[in-house]
Amino acid sequence: MTKTQQQVALITGAGAGIGRATAIALAADGFCVVVSDINLEAATLVVEQIKAEGGAGYALRQDVVDEAGWRDTVDQIVASHGGLHALINNAGVATICGIEEESLEGWRRTQSVNADGVFLGCRAAISAMKHCGGAIVNVSSIEGIVGDPMLPAYNASKGSVRALTKSIALYCARQGFPIRVNSIHPGYVATPLVSNALAELEPSAADEFTASVMAKIPMGRMAEPEEIASGIRFLVSGESSYMTGAELIMDGGYTAA
Amino acid sequence: MMSDHFSLQGKVALITGAGNGIGAACARCFAQSGAAVMASDINGERVEALARELVAEGFKVKAIQHDVAKEDDWARVVDALADWQDGWDILVNNAGIYIGGKLEENLLSQLHRINSINIDSIFLGTQFAASAMQPDGRFGRGGSIINLSSIAGLIGVPGHSIYGATKGAVRSLTKHSAVEFAAFGYGIRVNSLHPGLIATDMGHLVFKDFVEVGLASSESEAQQMLEKQMIPMGRLGDVQDIALAAQFLASDASSYMTGSELTVDGGFTAT
Repeated sequence: MTKTQQQVALITGAGAGIGRATAIALAADGFCVVVSDINLEAATLVVEQIKAEGGAGYALRQDVVDEAGWRDTVDQIVASHGGLHALINNAGVATICGIEEESLEGWRRTQSVNADGVFLGCRAAISAMKHCGGAIVNVSSIEGIVGDPMLPAYNASKGSVRALTKSIALYCARQGFPIRVNSIHPGYVATPLVSNALAELEPSAADEFTASVMAKIPMGRMAEPEEIASGIRFLVSGESSYMTGAELIMDGGYTAA
Repeated sequence: MMSDHFSLQGKVALITGAGNGIGAACARCFAQSGAAVMASDINGERVEALARELVAEGFKVKAIQHDVAKEDDWARVVDALADWQDGWDILVNNAGIYIGGKLEENLLSQLHRINSINIDSIFLGTQFAASAMQPDGRFGRGGSIINLSSIAGLIGVPGHSIYGATKGAVRSLTKHSAVEFAAFGYGIRVNSLHPGLIATDMGHLVFKDFVEVGLASSESEAQQMLEKQMIPMGRLGDVQDIALAAQFLASDASSYMTGSELTVDGGFTAT
């Protein structure tokens, strides 16, 4: 397989957690993986692991809210690889607090990374994918479907990703672009996003939040990042070729109960 | 780029309604992915023919005649499975029928018939699988149950009232059994699969029904209308699209999924 024939996947927030596991999984499937993260050092470590396992990829420092940065990133990928075949909009932030404590600044920050970032990423990728075909997976959350009293900004941002995904999926289908767009909705996953959000709370509040979450998971455990990466792998692959605008919920039964 | 990641190597599957359509595609797909497949169907000859074909290609497949609405038939089929294999990991509750028509013209006897085949079957199959797959059960190694619902179990479609009601029941039964089995630590995942309009004999009954209820003047017009106006991807689904989704739910790649709905509909319900 020559460089120009190899399919390219861009994954944001791929320095840790679900993004990292997805980068490693897609590299194993033969993609050249662009490991994007705001933390270049973390992204570089993921690329080192991919290469050690015989895969291909490179690290990229990217702030997903930077509009010009998105254009440059996609242009460069197309210029050097001839196309972009998969985009995983995974970068996200979360803070745990009730609505009365949430600042407008904090609210905007969450919407900016979690929702603006997905909008910008999809818009930039479509221009490249409409010629070569591709799949976009937007990482929403079960918190984009159900509510949590301590996640107002996160809930709103992930609900936005869920609805935006359907709009873009329909747009691409109606335009006849060979691009499928789906959202994935993980439940609670053992990742830095969760542990960092918990670390900002008082220990007793963190314990209370964790207990309330665990009590709501029928399977009785959090997911491993690799289990969510498996779902993303499915949505990117030809196995899901008739799926677009759909939601893949992987939550250990959280929203079924 | 079908990776080993979705492999069913070493697993044993029972697929109902495997004589044609989505069930037959699942049997082929699962067998190709390494599973030993017991393919059941009400029409024994039809499923025997499929099994002969797959066995000739070198796959592990066994056919059995099976009326999914009958409790003793389930007992007989599970016994036959135990005679054939040492384990049971996957149940695809696929067998089902379609009865369309205007709601005010549907007969109570039609409702009872479709309930019996589309709902009783899932209830019985899930019961037998739960007893056999749970840690203290006959096979005892957990498993994955995939219940075939439909987008008609999620949204309303003219002429689909009684069919849709059965598929809504399947969706709900899936969630309840999934949560119950998780709570009891059975290690059995249960998910529902919701195909859109698929190019099968059953799919074509839908076109016929659109003509009968007066929504289209011919079957081809009904198909065109559905493809152009209601399916954003502009085409019917293929049985293989559904079989691959079922394989994903059957495989360990979906290990954190239970009580979920997997919709494969070309964007039908996104709009």
